[in-house]
Amino acid sequence: MTNDVLIIGGGVGGTIVANLVAKEAGDRARVTLVDSTGMHVYQPGFLYVAVGQEKPENLSREESRLLRSEVKLVVDQATLVRTDDHKVVLKSGKTLRYDELVLATGSRIVPEEVPGAAGAHNFYSMEGATRLHRALEQFTGGTIVIGVAGIPYKCPPAPVEFVFLLDDYLRARRLREKSQIKLLSPLNRAFTIEATSKLVQPILAERGIELTGFFNVETVDPINKTVTSLEGETVGYDLLVLVPPHRGAKLIEDSKLGDARGWIPVDKNTLKHTEHPDIWALGDATNIPISKSGSVAHYEASVAADEIVAALKGEAPPAHVYDGKVMCFLETGQGQATTIRFDYDHPPVSPNPSHLWHWAKALFNKTYWHTVPQGRLP
Amino acid sequence: MSVAVVMKLDLKGLSCPLPIIKTAKAMKSIYPGEYIEVFATDPGSVPDFKAWAQSTGNSLVESDVQDGVFHFVLRKKEA
Repeated sequence: MTNDVLIIGGGVGGTIVANLVAKEAGDRARVTLVDSTGMHVYQPGFLYVAVGQEKPENLSREESRLLRSEVKLVVDQATLVRTDDHKVVLKSGKTLRYDELVLATGSRIVPEEVPGAAGAHNFYSMEGATRLHRALEQFTGGTIVIGVAGIPYKCPPAPVEFVFLLDDYLRARRLREKSQIKLLSPLNRAFTIEATSKLVQPILAERGIELTGFFNVETVDPINKTVTSLEGETVGYDLLVLVPPHRGAKLIEDSKLGDARGWIPVDKNTLKHTEHPDIWALGDATNIPISKSGSVAHYEASVAADEIVAALKGEAPPAHVYDGKVMCFLETGQGQATTIRFDYDHPPVSPNPSHLWHWAKALFNKTYWHTVPQGRLP
Repeated sequence: MSVAVVMKLDLKGLSCPLPIIKTAKAMKSIYPGEYIEVFATDPGSVPDFKAWAQSTGNSLVESDVQDGVFHFVLRKKEA
């Protein structure tokens, strides 16, 4: 018997699952991947686009070139999952049947949820990063404020990385002395992880980057150029960069497969939907209280693929489950970086920042296209 | 408990900094001098609530743990 394995979303998680299932399941599966654009985007590169260190065209490839030949790619928008008859409805009107469904639908940003924030900059989309880069090119000095307007958001250390890269950028343009960089953090530290915060806070101070704690962005006044927190504090800015609130995909909300914010409830080890045994979800799309990052989607993908292949072969579920593993790089500016590694049972650890980790990240950014989507990196 | 709690927040299962953010939002909806009671399971919430109260001028009047659930009572600062 040949099962229909349907994957929604051609990001890092969905692409790896498609390739691994196609490779391991052979004739047991017809693997189809649906993606709304047909382009695979390397989102960690947005930060570099914002500060002019990367060109947008280097961050995307045709999804068809990253998939094994056995995987059928359908470029269309999935609009509804019908669990009663195991079908996914597409925008074109077509429907696709599934026996096993993988929701790798990611997250979306909703800046409109923050009153006054429509004009604020962000580095959470190609358009946002490109527009921010243009604004920085025209910047001649003043106060740049970076704040967080919603939790959870993609890549928890990104705001910290951004302020370090921004500091480098302004120094290179000889604007640093005429500028202030203010990082507003939801907690009383640089970001959620305490060990890494302790490591980066002295570097923030050394670079003259001002950290304001317990500042959860609530509203923006674009006329008077101020941002106000839930805690009642107000800060003025000349250029505002916000991490916008995130939600799960509209498909998930419309199909009632997620919680109130569209995050899909899954078992944190098997990634199986808590109510539908033939649906898996991974990456940003889930409600697992762990980083929303490509790294998580990457490690989860092999677990979901192994589970599906075992089910197709009629074998017992694999012993290999997702253990909460996360491995992220964190740029600290001036050509240095550190890493953050942890899992469900081990608290985060970070080595001292060094040039080595910066080069490791640069190498990963370049080799990504030939290793990760194909499932070649464990 | 001797104080009148006007709102209870069940934040069990949420990881930091969500308990702080949900509490900060809830504090906006009560009057100065009123109390809010919070239940959370994230161990980081113990130091975070203490530091948050200090930083914002609200008072953390109770902080204890009952059967693995962290329990806090906060009093909103006078306007």
